[in-house]
Amino acid sequence: MAKGERDKAGSDVPAGGFVQLLTPDGERFDSATTADGTTYTVDFTDEEYRELYRDLVTVRRLDTEAVALQRQGELGIWASLLGQEAAQVGSGRALRPQDMAFPTYREHGVLYCRGIDPIMPFGLFRGVDQGGWDPNEFRFNTYTIVIGSQTLHATGYAMGVTMDGRTGSADGEAVIAYFGDGATSQGEVNESFVWSGVFNAPIVFFCQNNQYAISEPLERQTRVPLHQRANGYGFPGIRVDGNDVLATYAVTRAALDAARTGQGPTLIEAYTYRMGAHTSSDDPTRYRISSEVESWKAKDPISRLKAFLTKQQLAGEDFFGEVDEGAGKLALDLRERVLAMPDPQPVAMFDNVYPNGSPEIAAQRRAFEDYQASFEGSGH
Amino acid sequence: MSRIKEFNLPDLGEGLTEGEILSWLVKVGDTIELNQPIVEVETAKAAVEIPAKWGGVVTRIFHEAGTVVEVGKPIISIDTDPSSGPVPTEPAPTSLETQTTAAAAAAATTDTAGGEVEAGLIGGPAPGGRTAVLVGYGPRTTSAKRRPRTGTATSATPAATTTPPAAATAGTPAGTPPTASPTPAPAPVTRPGLVLAKPPVRKLARDLGVDLATIAGTGPLGSVTRDDVHQAVAQARSAPDLDVAVEAAPAVTLTGGVADAGTREQRILIKGVRKLTAANMVASAFTAPHVTEFLTVDVTRSVKTLEKLRSRPEFAEQRISPLLLVAKAVLLAIKRYPMVNSTWSGETNEIVVKDYVNLGIAAATERGLIVPNVKDAGRLTLPELATALNDLVRTARSGKTPPADMTGGTFSITNVGVYGVDTGTPILPPGEAAILALGAIRPTPWVHNGKIKIRQVTTLGLSFDHRIIDGELGSKFLRDVGAFLADPKTAMLTWG
Repeated sequence: MAKGERDKAGSDVPAGGFVQLLTPDGERFDSATTADGTTYTVDFTDEEYRELYRDLVTVRRLDTEAVALQRQGELGIWASLLGQEAAQVGSGRALRPQDMAFPTYREHGVLYCRGIDPIMPFGLFRGVDQGGWDPNEFRFNTYTIVIGSQTLHATGYAMGVTMDGRTGSADGEAVIAYFGDGATSQGEVNESFVWSGVFNAPIVFFCQNNQYAISEPLERQTRVPLHQRANGYGFPGIRVDGNDVLATYAVTRAALDAARTGQGPTLIEAYTYRMGAHTSSDDPTRYRISSEVESWKAKDPISRLKAFLTKQQLAGEDFFGEVDEGAGKLALDLRERVLAMPDPQPVAMFDNVYPNGSPEIAAQRRAFEDYQASFEGSGH
Repeated sequence: MSRIKEFNLPDLGEGLTEGEILSWLVKVGDTIELNQPIVEVETAKAAVEIPAKWGGVVTRIFHEAGTVVEVGKPIISIDTDPSSGPVPTEPAPTSLETQTTAAAAAAATTDTAGGEVEAGLIGGPAPGGRTAVLVGYGPRTTSAKRRPRTGTATSATPAATTTPPAAATAGTPAGTPPTASPTPAPAPVTRPGLVLAKPPVRKLARDLGVDLATIAGTGPLGSVTRDDVHQAVAQARSAPDLDVAVEAAPAVTLTGGVADAGTREQRILIKGVRKLTAANMVASAFTAPHVTEFLTVDVTRSVKTLEKLRSRPEFAEQRISPLLLVAKAVLLAIKRYPMVNSTWSGETNEIVVKDYVNLGIAAATERGLIVPNVKDAGRLTLPELATALNDLVRTARSGKTPPADMTGGTFSITNVGVYGVDTGTPILPPGEAAILALGAIRPTPWVHNGKIKIRQVTTLGLSFDHRIIDGELGSKFLRDVGAFLADPKTAMLTWG
């Protein structure tokens, strides 16, 4: 058994092992080699290690602020990423500028790594706009609420990438589709596996296995480890420690490169844990025990990188303090901007029905404006 | 902007209307920071901590822990700028807001009372004081205030709001009048075999044992409403007993069929458990010559023993009934008369006597009668037997009995007493040589120690395959089962 691919080494490692480069204690392996002989490693500069840490802390801090805003009545709902920072930052930073990502509604960390203003999804969760942005501009599709459907969008898009001839070289384009363990039970995800496999689409299926489909535990979703599902569709599947940002980066980077050079899809199972509720409408204490949550706290993605940086003397308290402060400022700025979001005018519902408008919509809009003007006090 | 800010209880989870204050984490006078947890609130969905929306000093806490607060009502006020001296004693800055809130609340009440949302629609009133809601979402108890229309005669009193809105649109610009011509309600659509009803109403009907097909629906498109179901139940109860027995009973029990109002007959496809039951009964009744014997027993001591058992820790988690003791009595009697636990194998020209007892228990389920069995029940201790019987029945009721549990039975018990009847002449499950019926246990005048006393008495009925079991064997077996129930302690000491 290769270093980094340990089997049942302890309760920290799931049966069958996973790719790990950074242990919960902050011990670093040079590389990890899987049973099929593939070796994974990362080669970061000191500064890059520190920036990964900053990413992790920042996305957690922004998420914490969002949770607070929801509890204060400023957001209708929020899906927290707490605990899944490394899976999102590791995979998000592995993307190249030309790559295209298809997120769920929880990929705030990937969104951040794409260089997108973190305010962007808040209109959706505050209920003041549709939460839309230009996916082509940011190479990041809009949040998808329907479970698993984005894997089909991603598959179709990836097939198009091949047809456009933008794959097959080291500079090719790759696609990544995010989804959770619960989505693997959906027909859409299985269909996307079939199509991607048959068409050798340049796609990486990135499954954040956070152990629960809302309240349904993993053992009621699957009889085999999720990454093994890929075998049945004819492409490789691999499990990575989703709380290890280094391993997640290494595995995702390799899978994306395989896709962009024409080697077809890969399924990555990022083995992680949702530390918070499924969404702000959920109470996880009703279906999981606190000792389980505690055991995952010991595997926290941020504290292990912090331990590594400290042991390697790559960073000290000054740096950690500065990162916390910076993240706090971003969070406060986010709060202020969320609270300042304008409420939409009812007539705004006609704005984005057709790209170039339509006479029928225009007529409806005029009629609605007249109707609104018929109320007292509508001087504007 | 006032420096004293009131924090209203937010909707913490998509459509909730209220929350209970579980505990305050701060008190008046405390200096708090932004996002510091201040209060724990439990809603229908979750218990959550609410972080402070502003930093400052707590000036008022509106509700004690344990209070249920409506969403939108203030729960705490915070002085957001305590460093700038005492709060000026201007008219309380919150009083105006409070008035506004009260006015809004009053308006909301009026709106709701006026029937803003049509009955039957989401958020609208539903029969029985309920509010129709989407599953998982609480009813909306407030409603947005709407500015009055310009040029509208302000005669729209709450009492007049039953008039369609179109009546009050005099000032509406041409081209946009929402001319709501009174649409006649669609004629009820009746299709044989298809009853329209919403899922919760279907569940209600099933829970109350009412066949929807027997109810004339008064809802939209002739659908059956919650009220219709309740009314049907009330009618069935108030009807003379004889009528209930003759007419209502078949309608109530025979679900899943196609009712024909013309012939007053219901046609039910013979399938599934019913078909299997019938085949088994025919096969058994016309191959094994049945004999049934009865024994009436004073089971007062068994009833008392059960009470004692219930208080023992071994049975703490169990629901135990007389069935448990009957099962034990049967198992002990089989030890002495093993021939009762056998099979007539005509093909091999043998009687197969079994050294193990797979004890079948007849269970009425939604899908029909099934007889799952407890494997090797003779080896179980009494607490184990109780657990096994409870599990068996629970699994059967939930419709999840695995096929293996329904085959291989060697002796069965049917507890018809739970339906209040005295006993029965059960038909043997195929392959079994005997089956015991347990009747209702009733307080009965009984000769006890030479005097007439009121005792707990039941009647046992034992059917057996007369090819295997002679009258003598069957009688002795039944007598011993009865003797056990009459005096379980002595029987246990003697035969246990």
